[in-house]
Amino acid sequence: MSEVVIEARKLSKTFKRDEFEVRALDNCDIEIKRGEFVALMGPSGSGKSTLMHLIAAMDRATSGRIAVLGEDLSQFDDAELARWRNRHIGFIFQQFNLIPVLTALENVELPLKLTSLNGKERIAQAETALRLVGLGDRMTHFPRQLSGGQEQRVAIARAIATDPDILIADEPTGNLDAQSASDVMVMLQKLNQDFGKTIIMVTHDRHAAEYATVIRHLEKGELKPEVEYPKKPV
Amino acid sequence: MRLPFSYNLRNLWVRRGTTLMTALGIGLTVAVLLSILALVGGLRNAFASTGVAGNVLVMRQSAESELSSNFTREQFQDLKLRPGIQRDATGQALASLELVSTVLLDSVDYEAGINISIRGLKPNPGFALRPEIKIAAGRWFSAGKREVTVGKNVARRNPEAQLGKDLRFGKGAWRVVGVFDAGESAANSEIWADLDQVCSDDNRCDTLSSALVRVEPVSNVGPFIQSLKDDQRLKVGAMTEQFYYEQQSSSAAPIQFLGIFIALVMAVGSSFAAMNTMYAAVARRSREIGTLRVLGFSRFSVLLSFFLESLVLALLGGIVGCLLVLPLDGFTTGIGSLITFSEVAFRFKITPEIMLMGIGFALFMGALGGLLPAAAAARKQILDALRDI
Repeated sequence: MSEVVIEARKLSKTFKRDEFEVRALDNCDIEIKRGEFVALMGPSGSGKSTLMHLIAAMDRATSGRIAVLGEDLSQFDDAELARWRNRHIGFIFQQFNLIPVLTALENVELPLKLTSLNGKERIAQAETALRLVGLGDRMTHFPRQLSGGQEQRVAIARAIATDPDILIADEPTGNLDAQSASDVMVMLQKLNQDFGKTIIMVTHDRHAAEYATVIRHLEKGELKPEVEYPKKPV
Repeated sequence: MRLPFSYNLRNLWVRRGTTLMTALGIGLTVAVLLSILALVGGLRNAFASTGVAGNVLVMRQSAESELSSNFTREQFQDLKLRPGIQRDATGQALASLELVSTVLLDSVDYEAGINISIRGLKPNPGFALRPEIKIAAGRWFSAGKREVTVGKNVARRNPEAQLGKDLRFGKGAWRVVGVFDAGESAANSEIWADLDQVCSDDNRCDTLSSALVRVEPVSNVGPFIQSLKDDQRLKVGAMTEQFYYEQQSSSAAPIQFLGIFIALVMAVGSSFAAMNTMYAAVARRSREIGTLRVLGFSRFSVLLSFFLESLVLALLGGIVGCLLVLPLDGFTTGIGSLITFSEVAFRFKITPEIMLMGIGFALFMGALGGLLPAAAAARKQILDALRDI
């Protein structure tokens, strides 16, 4: 039986907007096993992004408990969370979020600066990650010199450069044309199946969700029971 | 681990227009401070370079300057006989009776003209007491003639005081027969002439200004000065020639105070400019900050990065400031001394120490302006930062 890497029990998150309280996540229970590719779907405001942020330790729950890779993240302070994220989480953003003044290689090297690798090892690892996403010939290019699809592939290279346990993707195809979106999803599927990466992806896109091994729906902050969907063949 | 330095440098380059304007603002402030420091440094240097070790200036009791001092020939005769004064090969005491007055000359800077000190002295031993002063052009004045030798700064700043020309003051014309070079000394701002000619022109031949004597060995200068002060019959005051000139550098104090005050007021403005630039940078790069935090960089790394960027911006301003004032180096100007009531010309001195002070001042402005924006960047919550556009 596969190891559970993410386990949330009665997880809730409430936001205060002026005098109003908005319950973004309501008593959510979820288990994600190592090697799963989970797509979180749901309409806007359903709580999928909130759940993703809590898993990635980018936000703190109002109540409930979440353990990621066996660690109770509520016990960590800011600096410990930062180190933990660097070591265990790779993040892929909808808008790529590359640093515009750094080249593709420097962007990918950035999270490696927080590891114990020396300069040469960092460069070598960043180059390997860029070759893996098919951008071996674009290493010295700045983000503005790349297409949207290429930018997202650099972002994927950056996310996998530290060899994290979990990849978290926030609408990774949201800003891409159909072909680039398909390329990115094939790449994520490959990372999941060939390299065993656990992936949690938030998406509105049914086509993108079909690449996942598990699709979970959220509605009004509640996680719906798991249902079987036809999977995209590899 | 901090963010790569290239990240900051390239961000400054990307917004090079703003970077340049902010650096220029800081640079101008640094330039104001440096020009004041260079002016004060130049003036101090002129006074500090004046005087020879062992020379003692004797004036009327409690006189603060040669101009306001009265020193009689009788007092001089008594002084010459005192033990401790060096004597030349002929046995003559190295003691020079001198008269200092001011004359009004045309100036390149002021239409109304400027006051210049004129010193009446005997070539022997007056010149022997000031061996560092050399003739740069022409010759020394001759005893018994209405001739003057002018300091090089007088020649530089007064169109009349040129070799071969006549200066008109007192009872008539004085022929300029030479220009002397006293190094960096304030003596460059004086006109020298024969004592008897000057005193008769001034109708002041019994009561002159001062006496300069050479005491040997130099270690005896202190006791010699004390013995003069203790002598109730002589009623004179004395100090080393070097101390006399050093204390005149107080003429620079009002300018120094005003200059530093202006520079500090400007520094507040420049710090706000740097702060504004950095706040704008933090606002524009909000999503980058969020991304960096997600990648694992700590709040402190973000703070340090933006703070360093502000310092680099300020450093650039400091360099601009240094470059702006560099052409002033060696530029000769003059200042009216409140002690001699005449002009002392000196050169602006832009030294490496002064430039380092300017860079330090710029970094101080950068630190002042950069700290709050850097703290604001570090305080941002990840999700808020990622949502900002």
